[in-house]
Amino acid sequence: MRTGRVGHGGALHAATPTPDGRVRLADGRVLDETEVLWLPPFEPRTIFALALNYGDHAAELAAKSSAEQAGFLQARPSEPIVFLKAANTLIGHRGLTRRPADAEFMHYECELAVVIGREGRRIPRARAIDHVGGYTVANDYAIRNFLEPYYRPNLRVKSRDGCTALGPWLVPRDEVPDPSALHLSTRVGGRLVQEGNTREMIHDVGALIEYLSAFMTLAPGDVILTGTPKGSVDVRPGEEVACEVQGVGRLLNRLVTDWPVAPPG
Amino acid sequence: MKTVVGALLNYRGAWQAMAPAMSQPPHHRPPVHPVLYLKPANTWSADGRPVVLPPDVPEVEVGAALGVVIGRAAARVRRADALGHVAGYRIVNDVTVPHATVLRPPLKQKCRDGFCPMGAVVPAARVPDPDALSIRAFVNGTLRRQASTRELIRDVATLIADITEFMTLDAGDVLLVGVPEDPPRARAGDRMAIEIDGLGRLENPLEAGEDAS
Repeated sequence: MRTGRVGHGGALHAATPTPDGRVRLADGRVLDETEVLWLPPFEPRTIFALALNYGDHAAELAAKSSAEQAGFLQARPSEPIVFLKAANTLIGHRGLTRRPADAEFMHYECELAVVIGREGRRIPRARAIDHVGGYTVANDYAIRNFLEPYYRPNLRVKSRDGCTALGPWLVPRDEVPDPSALHLSTRVGGRLVQEGNTREMIHDVGALIEYLSAFMTLAPGDVILTGTPKGSVDVRPGEEVACEVQGVGRLLNRLVTDWPVAPPG
Repeated sequence: MKTVVGALLNYRGAWQAMAPAMSQPPHHRPPVHPVLYLKPANTWSADGRPVVLPPDVPEVEVGAALGVVIGRAAARVRRADALGHVAGYRIVNDVTVPHATVLRPPLKQKCRDGFCPMGAVVPAARVPDPDALSIRAFVNGTLRRQASTRELIRDVATLIADITEFMTLDAGDVLLVGVPEDPPRARAGDRMAIEIDGLGRLENPLEAGEDAS
């Protein structure tokens, strides 16, 4: 069963979807999805994310970059480029993401998120799916002019407050028979800007679980954001971004303008 | 505690050692903002617990770090307010596989199971000046490295302000202010220990792990 976590009426609730796309709270109430506050559908432990895991994304970014940057992006690594995100960066479905005043190129990244359900170490690729608990959709924002080539992609780009949306639902593994054949798309204000398929991943879900568990113990709640295909467009305050992964969900987010920081009271 | 975040190159000597490479590819220029990394949940450990060396890791650096423990949510805080968000301090051993290049995030170098032993939290009231603490690293009881948080490029308050500009730190989160350059190395069978003025001692033995086969 798909599960989520929402706020309503002054409390947090476990929730499930109804067949007609509404939200059923554990106490039996049924609400429209705009009537609840969406949290990420589970509490993540370690958040892994992949850079350049779709070949066309790297080529696209290189084409838009300076020569110095392009060389960086085109150097095809022999192993996955994995980075970590901290808990501060997470928001749920229909969340708001601040575009900093000094951002020049800020883009969404629609990704399949794989949630670990069973602890494991040195998991062979052939058994990797046994350790998956479920899937959700991720929107892993990036601000390209904040990149610095030290432990890149650096936390100032990838672990910003409110810049990683997850949801709406945690979808159990059995509802996604083949995670390597899922269409991904992003629409900004209804306009299709990004499209791809998880079969185009350089390192697929099984390979990523095998790679990471070779040197770290994976545990329930760990989540792997598996990378994004090409189609990176600068997004502006007021725009609504919809990231969809076939059979997993459609995750909405809205960009908001930067705000002045009020002095502490 | 949800987040343990560390700063690289925050000791003047560590910066100077890296400086020649900063103007060369792939870096091209020095970093403008703090260079940060995370120590995820699988690394968290405690005083006395063995650190198990994986078969592919012959030796590690003893990462003698001052850990700043956040007391209340810190988001976009000013430097002048930063220390008001600190609950206390603890010794942290940022165990690290030696690595010369710092281009990509150091998962294999810093995120192995058990690679982040942390000592007891000492309340901030008992640490009058976190920017003037002497730090000592020992291997098998021999003092191998001595440094002081006076050598930090970004002091504790500056680091909190610069990080929370984009990243909220919550109560219980731990910020590692940096590791002094030339950290001592240790191998399976060795005992690592770190002392920081007023914070006591953190001691962990290194053990050889089993082979994957």
